[in-house]
Amino acid sequence: MDSAVVRKATLKLMIVDDSNIIRRRIERSQQIARLEVVGAASNGRAAVEMFRRTQPDVVTMDLTMPEMDGIECVSELVAINSDVLILVVSALADKATAVEAIEKGANGFLCKPFTDRQLNDALEELLSEA
Amino acid sequence: MFKEAEIRTFIEGTTNYFETSAQQSATVGSPYLVTDGKPGAYEYTGVIGITGARKGIVYFTAPRGMLTVLLMRMQETDTSDENIKDLVGEVANTISGNARRDFGKNFNISVPVIIAHDLEKVKTPYARSFVIPINWRTHSAKLVVCLE
Repeated sequence: MDSAVVRKATLKLMIVDDSNIIRRRIERSQQIARLEVVGAASNGRAAVEMFRRTQPDVVTMDLTMPEMDGIECVSELVAINSDVLILVVSALADKATAVEAIEKGANGFLCKPFTDRQLNDALEELLSEA
Repeated sequence: MFKEAEIRTFIEGTTNYFETSAQQSATVGSPYLVTDGKPGAYEYTGVIGITGARKGIVYFTAPRGMLTVLLMRMQETDTSDENIKDLVGEVANTISGNARRDFGKNFNISVPVIIAHDLEKVKTPYARSFVIPINWRTHSAKLVVCLE
């Protein structure tokens, strides 16, 4: 992973989840000073369009969504910019799904439900390990 | 045939949801079997379709009062009907998705279908369902598991 993303002073964050509550929760709860939310999308297709327009450095990605699911969306985003850091945030708790997401290009996996602390720890880990 | 261990998966998913999201434990009553195809519903229901290795539905159903307080426990100030429906679907989605830890990747879950204000529309595909009663604060809800 190119660390150019991590060296930036401010990182742009895009939130992808079909639940408005979860999108708002992630925006409200994330406390990483360097992260600035630039957009939120409710399905994979909308996320790809927003990704091209806003060019985020970091993405939180749900998996079970209408129109285009998260696994396919991860592949599309990585094809556009392989430096993007993607944290999958999903209820799908089996190991095979996490492995598949990582193989498609995601960098981390946080299982729903999550606490604010777990979210921030996962985001910190994502940035530190990139 | 549904096994006791499989019911335990859903009970653990339910208690974990409340402990983590609301940071307040829920009490789960003794699960019981309903054989007349009418496990019952509250005002808001989030239905998850299950395909793959197992087929059927899992739904979480709760009254507005419980969902409103749950939203507030999650620091959400918008308690509109849209957000209440969103929440009931997210609870159903999370508990069903977590079940893949035990059921595996072939336990495929759909996006939630929300049924609000119309209890008659909540139907199960098979006559037999397991009902897991949930008590949280002063509120009651149910998780219904109907798998062939």
